[in-house]
Amino acid sequence: METGGNNREHSASHDGSSSSNVRATSGRLSALVCRAAGWESWVVEASAQQSAGSSPAARSEVAISVRGLRKRYGSFEAVAGIEVEVRHGEIFAFLGPNGAGKTTTVEILEGFRSRSAGEVSVLGVDPAHADGSWRNRVGAVLQESAPEPGLTVRECLRLYAGYYEAPREIEETIALVGLEEKADSLAERLSGGQRRRLDVALALIGDPELIFLDEPTTGFDPSARRAAWSVIAGLRSLGKTVFLTTHYMDEAENLADRIAVIAAGRIVAEGTPQTLGGRETMSARITFTLPAGVADSELPAELQARSGKANGRLTVESERPLPDLGLLAQWARSRNLDLPDLDVRRPSLEDVYLRLTEDNVQADGR
Amino acid sequence: MILFWLYRKWRASRQRQEGDESPSRRLGRPATLPSERTPLVLHQARYDLVAFGRNGQARFFTLILPILFLVIFVSVFGNHRVGPMQVKASTYYVPGISALAVIAGSFVNLVISITTQRESGILKRRRATPVPAWVLIAARTLTAIAVSLGVMLAVLLIGRFGYGVRLPSSTIPGVIVTAVVGAFTFCCLAYAIVTVIHSADAAQPMVQAIMLPLYFISGVFIPNVNLPGWLKDVAMVFPVQHLADGLHHAFDPATTGSGIVWSDLGVLLLWAAAGLAVALTRFNWTPAVAAS
Repeated sequence: METGGNNREHSASHDGSSSSNVRATSGRLSALVCRAAGWESWVVEASAQQSAGSSPAARSEVAISVRGLRKRYGSFEAVAGIEVEVRHGEIFAFLGPNGAGKTTTVEILEGFRSRSAGEVSVLGVDPAHADGSWRNRVGAVLQESAPEPGLTVRECLRLYAGYYEAPREIEETIALVGLEEKADSLAERLSGGQRRRLDVALALIGDPELIFLDEPTTGFDPSARRAAWSVIAGLRSLGKTVFLTTHYMDEAENLADRIAVIAAGRIVAEGTPQTLGGRETMSARITFTLPAGVADSELPAELQARSGKANGRLTVESERPLPDLGLLAQWARSRNLDLPDLDVRRPSLEDVYLRLTEDNVQADGR
Repeated sequence: MILFWLYRKWRASRQRQEGDESPSRRLGRPATLPSERTPLVLHQARYDLVAFGRNGQARFFTLILPILFLVIFVSVFGNHRVGPMQVKASTYYVPGISALAVIAGSFVNLVISITTQRESGILKRRRATPVPAWVLIAARTLTAIAVSLGVMLAVLLIGRFGYGVRLPSSTIPGVIVTAVVGAFTFCCLAYAIVTVIHSADAAQPMVQAIMLPLYFISGVFIPNVNLPGWLKDVAMVFPVQHLADGLHHAFDPATTGSGIVWSDLGVLLLWAAAGLAVALTRFNWTPAVAAS
């Protein structure tokens, strides 16, 4: 049935977003990963931003600094000593499952909650003593907030513009979030995705340096999420610093320059989407099914030693996939075998994330 | 007819608001020039008023309901002589329902809107901006007082032209002062009572549960001369009695002078102070049921 090479090529190039049978540097690999999912423009934008961000010395200034932050509710410790540093102009994602302490942390940073211990500095100010001039420089998209009742989109923005010293142009801000056609609609009649874009516009109207986004796309359908993402990615070109919380791994991967993973109140990993959790040095997995009548023991000894079997499929852990594939191909050809479901996969960010958060939940359960 | 009249009144107020807007427009970009902006309290009050005008439920409970009560009570009691002064039913009910109108415009209106806005995170989002807390409170209070006076004016006009109830011109200051003090008091009490209401759904039943018995024992719905002494004493403690009494006095054809009853104003202001004290210590901007 599957004898030609065409089938194999087909499966190699279209099988999943993070498939690759090329041993690549981490940067190139991530570019491939992103291209497979249609995210080239984001990658180009991100790398341009990174190079632009690293050259001027002034940009190295720290926007948010958190040291030893703790928050206790009775005997429960929602945030158990975390360290975070966010630089100006950076999109920073705070990634973790529900109940991990994300919202508690972001609300402490926004000045809405008190903390039990630790040092926090946001734009050089302790948010526990936030005043009007600090709030002029900070925008917040809260996790849950209904639209202003009885006001249109434009009226909402005019109302909020009045709160700030030097607000942005209203029509321009409406255009920035793509609500031009809804400018005269009542805010409460907007769809969920449109409301969230209005929330972003309200957070932006004061032209803040720093914007907090607390789970901006929770409950959205895929197209609304894409639209919200493009608005958030647009904040980068405005030079804003963004602190984003999310429980969606793909959201963090798509938007963030750096990611910190929080689980059970602790930061369990921190890095760029490419390096998080040591992802760039992790071994690849070569997976295939042996044809009927071929025993595992017939494999080359070198591969067999690193193989494991699950659901009838063999998986070989491979530090260097290309030589291993060569060995496998040689062996298969010499026996005139085909391996039609051959798959080479590096761990996706999702794999890394699930492993990080699961490990921590288990550790916590003990 | 009444509805049509109210609608025209509402349209007129909207046009006035739009008229207010044009001078600032002529200044160019008002949003970017703080020095040329209207004071923040008025800016906020304007949008609070627009939002109120577009809220059908708020319009019903604050505008329509008092007028319905007036029409019903005057129709039921017709031209009987009622109350301690033995005045015409309409002369008795116009000030009584005016008191109800003031309370509907301030207390009922505020409790429901503040609870809803707090629980849905709207107040919290406003607090994430540089707007000072006092501006939000002052603007909302101003709006409520303006709405109260507007509803009372509607009741007075219906009384005047529908039932021929004349307000002695010497007591007009008394009516205005009593209504403003009453509206202010019930705004303070609204800010106090929302601290014990933990969901938007509970706000409407809660205000009615508090106010309906007080309307009955305070001479708003029925003349309280027929009440047993102990119930009169209970009513004397609460502010509804004093607002209604102050307005009854000003409308009494036998009243001479300004029509201000200082003792009633004093009790109202004591309640205002108590409400303010509770609000200042207990008022919360964030939802009672905090998000995780």
